Amino acid sequence: MITIAALIVLLPFLGAAGGLLLSRVGGGPISARAGVPTRAIWFAILPTAGSALLTVWLAVQAAKGDGTGAFWDSWFPAEASGQLTVVDTGAVPISVGLAVTGLSVLVGILVVVVALGVQVYSVGYLHGDSRYPSYSAFISLFTSAMLLVVYSGDLLVLYVGWEVMGLCSYLLIGHWWEEKANSRSAVKAFLVTRLGDVGFLFGIFTLGMAAKSFRISDILAAQLPTATVVTATLLLLAGVAGKSAQVPLHTWLPDAMAGPTPISALIHAATMVAAGIFIVARLYPLFLAAQPTRDVLAVSAALGMLGAALAALAQDDLKRVLAYSTISQLAYMAAALAAGSDEAAIFHLTTHGAFKALLFLCAGAVIHHVGSNLMSRMGGLRAAMPLTFVTMTIGFAALMGLPPASGFFSKDAVIAAVEHARLTDAAQLLLYASALVTVGVTGAYATRAWLRTFFGPTQVEALPEPEPGTAHVFDGREAPPSMLWPIGILAIPALALGWTSVVELDLGSAAIDLVIALLGAGVVYAFWRSAPTRDPARLLGPFYGPCARAFYLDTVYAMVFVRPVLWLAQGVVHTDATLVDGAVRGSGRATLGLSRFVRLAQNGNAQLYVTGLLAGVLLIAVGAVVLG
Amino acid sequence: MNWLLIALLAVPGLGTLALLAGRPSTQTPAPATAASQIEQPPSPALAEPPAPGTEPTPSPALAESPAPVTEPTPSPSLVAAPASGIEPTPSSARASDRSRAATRIGLVTSGLTLVLSIVLAAVFDYGSAGRMQLETNLAWIPGLDLRFHLGVDGISLPLVVLTALLTFLCFGYLAGQTTPRPRALAFALLVLEIGMIGTFLALDLLLFFVFFEVVLIPMYFVIAIWGGHDRRAAAIKFILYTLLGSAVLLLGLLVIYAQTGTLDMVQLAARHGAGIARTPQILAFLAIGLGLAVKTPMWPLHTWLPDAHTEAPTVGSVLLAGVLLKMGTYGFARIAIPVLPEGAAALAPWLGAFAVIGIIYGSLACLAQRDLKRMIAYSSVGHMGFVLLGFATLTPVGINAALFANIAHGLITGLLFFLAGAIKERYGTADMTALGGGMLARLPHLGSLLTFACIASLGLPGLAGFWGEMLALLGAYQPGAGQSRPLFLVFMVCGGIGTVLTAAYFLVMLSRVTHGRPDETLAVGVDVRPFELAAWVPLVALTLVFGLWPKGLLSLTAPAVHLILGVGP
Repeated sequence: MITIAALIVLLPFLGAAGGLLLSRVGGGPISARAGVPTRAIWFAILPTAGSALLTVWLAVQAAKGDGTGAFWDSWFPAEASGQLTVVDTGAVPISVGLAVTGLSVLVGILVVVVALGVQVYSVGYLHGDSRYPSYSAFISLFTSAMLLVVYSGDLLVLYVGWEVMGLCSYLLIGHWWEEKANSRSAVKAFLVTRLGDVGFLFGIFTLGMAAKSFRISDILAAQLPTATVVTATLLLLAGVAGKSAQVPLHTWLPDAMAGPTPISALIHAATMVAAGIFIVARLYPLFLAAQPTRDVLAVSAALGMLGAALAALAQDDLKRVLAYSTISQLAYMAAALAAGSDEAAIFHLTTHGAFKALLFLCAGAVIHHVGSNLMSRMGGLRAAMPLTFVTMTIGFAALMGLPPASGFFSKDAVIAAVEHARLTDAAQLLLYASALVTVGVTGAYATRAWLRTFFGPTQVEALPEPEPGTAHVFDGREAPPSMLWPIGILAIPALALGWTSVVELDLGSAAIDLVIALLGAGVVYAFWRSAPTRDPARLLGPFYGPCARAFYLDTVYAMVFVRPVLWLAQGVVHTDATLVDGAVRGSGRATLGLSRFVRLAQNGNAQLYVTGLLAGVLLIAVGAVVLG
Repeated sequence: MNWLLIALLAVPGLGTLALLAGRPSTQTPAPATAASQIEQPPSPALAEPPAPGTEPTPSPALAESPAPVTEPTPSPSLVAAPASGIEPTPSSARASDRSRAATRIGLVTSGLTLVLSIVLAAVFDYGSAGRMQLETNLAWIPGLDLRFHLGVDGISLPLVVLTALLTFLCFGYLAGQTTPRPRALAFALLVLEIGMIGTFLALDLLLFFVFFEVVLIPMYFVIAIWGGHDRRAAAIKFILYTLLGSAVLLLGLLVIYAQTGTLDMVQLAARHGAGIARTPQILAFLAIGLGLAVKTPMWPLHTWLPDAHTEAPTVGSVLLAGVLLKMGTYGFARIAIPVLPEGAAALAPWLGAFAVIGIIYGSLACLAQRDLKRMIAYSSVGHMGFVLLGFATLTPVGINAALFANIAHGLITGLLFFLAGAIKERYGTADMTALGGGMLARLPHLGSLLTFACIASLGLPGLAGFWGEMLALLGAYQPGAGQSRPLFLVFMVCGGIGTVLTAAYFLVMLSRVTHGRPDETLAVGVDVRPFELAAWVPLVALTLVFGLWPKGLLSLTAPAVHLILGVGP
């Protein structure tokens, strides 16, 4: 079993290496339909498909036997672990090894399914892109890194995958690097997450040094003092907030929309953002034991879910709407974790992974069709793109939490968990209120996006030239099959995943959620109905500005962090040139000055020399007499 | 005695003799005049007399930047004269012949040395990597009790191989180019190699010092003759700075000798400071530490480094960053810490403090740099800060980290300087504003390699740069006995912030240089040439190997580290 897990992780890595190094060697054929090197397509799809097949086999193997506990443990009770080697560091050793648990099998399935879908979809989306080989290789590397996070048995090995994901997101967000804005977004994504990761690494140190092992199983088994656990989990939370885009480290995610749409689907649905939630669930006994950490998480989640939902309501860029909705939905998962229900969190993670990937891929098809990200350029697309319309409707229904779509069940599970949360009263109250209000706002922004994209008068104009970075020429047709197939397949779990009913449905709270969501949707519908060409977000009134700018957080960060650092950098250069090096040059000058003074004695006057000699002899004689 | 270690020193020595003997008497009837004619510099920059009052300009990056834009002639950088640019006149044809002959001697010699170092790595007994192996102990100056004592253990072996590799790659790089005075350059590099390898093999304090000093002279000439615009000022600064450091170092070594009566490093290390009182230990550690810190360099003794790196030719920068800086840190691991444990314990907080200041300071300085080579030079200050932090923790993990980061920095920064040199040669400038951006579009392979090297240097896990930094921070989390834990926790947090700043300046640089739309009016020449690729691929490969398999290095250094700290594994 552990060999299979190792192969699952390694195959995409080898695919990435092959794709990067061998795609163009010796020419090779160019695929006529996709306009990219055929070999690159094979390197992209085959390893991921292999991983997917092996994952199925692993799931079948893991499903044997009986287990109790969380639903993933009863689905996949068989566990395994193995290690390749132990690296002696001089302190606590690193064990290079993997561990297969129920949770990792579950999340592993999600990862490979979405990754495979994205690889297939990208072949169509990046039609004729000369950088397709490196692009697909980075996706493979990304997949491999995420799978390493999922299956790793050691926290430091996990950290390797964790950081490599950050790198891949940097490379992929910056795929269209001709635009400096995209490049800046990529840098921002890497730096913000890396800031969180420093905390994460220190959290790993705290746990590892306290438990005398970096192995996850050893750490979970160790009896750690509460203070250590609280410190460590709070530090880990920094990394979780960075990767899972939680307040206050969420600002990179909306900007990350600069990348190609399939990347948005991959990063913002299934993999990188899921990693933060996954690691909390993986180490959940520690978080359960650390109530202060969960209080902090609850407050962060409460702020994040409502703030991001409001921001989503005011965006004009369809992908940014989805990005803010991702922050909001991830905050739901964080809320469930804070409330003490890892099951609800992972359930929502799974359904969200399916429906958000679906939404992004649909949005990609729409953008591909329209040639713009902006909803003000869309409208009336339901006739031109029937399949995309149907599938995206399913996605939005799931996002709003309408039955029978999957989101209805998982969101209900989260809210039920929050209602009965074991937290500090204030935090619990804040979280619950925020969760309910957010349900309404979610209904509102999802309805707005749906209406402005598919209904109303057609706004689409044919663009003369495709703008690099976003656009393709409007051709008035539905997307190519390589893009439609993944959409169609992802629609199934987005619709049906809820029926697994892994968590009991709480009918009372479900009814309340549904009413609130419909209320939000109804208000937007009423505003839209009154003037279909105008943006229903005008209902926000004076709050529209702050919401559209996400409450000016980027500006604040730029003022508080970025500018002082740059200012300090200038200061350092100045100090280096004047003070530190000035001292060096000053000592050089002082030496020269001194030598000029000493040179006065060397004036070539023999009388002076003889006088000096005599004076010296005299001094020595006197000295000998006095001291002797 | 063992012939292998002697051979490692003798082969480059024979190479220098071959270069001396290979004066062109067989090629031209009048060697002296012909040589002097041929060795006339092709660029006016060489003939130019040293600027009066060789004060370094306050900001060489600023002073230099307009030059390539306004001057129609190619950059005065002498390595910036690729083979294609040479006119086929008889004298230059002969010059390129001679260039090839000299470089070939260098290539063969350094190749042989590399083979010997690989043989050394092969016969090395990995089961007892902590023990000194293949020792050679000959009387040298019996009157002074000086011995020609060489040996290799898990700490020095990787450094010896790294030195041989980098020197060989430098010759490989030179083989594809035409440089002025090729024979002299080859001679200087081979002498440099003797000094560097000797430093890592020496087991006698004074022998160590001698090799340590041997390195300075050829490096001075490499900078002063083949350097860029302000090379003289930079070279003088380099030599004065390091000579001053060496003087202090010698004082410290003599204190040890005066206290113990022996210069044998193995014996001294085995005593763990027994026989030296606390105060002399502190004094000796201070003196030796200062001397080594100049070389490392440690903040605030670093200002020679940016100037030297900016002005040095590519191969000079590579060896300077790749090996010379390591001689300073190697001294900490080999002499200062094992021989003077009490001195180390007393001064470790200061060492740690200067190290983290260097990390933050170096990173901030990088953020504001405009010159690519200068930025990489400052990044060395930051990276060596991690190495020093590792030493300052006085824990096995910290010292392992320092030794790992040493090697990783040599590989990665060596690669970075190769790439920066290639960029400067193609664009005629290393000023980031003048470079313009869009390198990934104009020179995709060079741009990709630069991206790789930067990512490796910012410490991405899975590449060699990560493990050293991470373990240094881990060491600071739980410092050695007797050290203040809160203080080191502060150091750890500062180091963590330093890693973010490191990522920031590298990514901002990549964004400025490799991303964006290229300026189509700039002529940039060809993408990576085969000989360049041959010189760089080994570095890329080793960066990956040690990143993915850190055990390869850690299993070598760990036993030795346990031994020098006197603690059981």
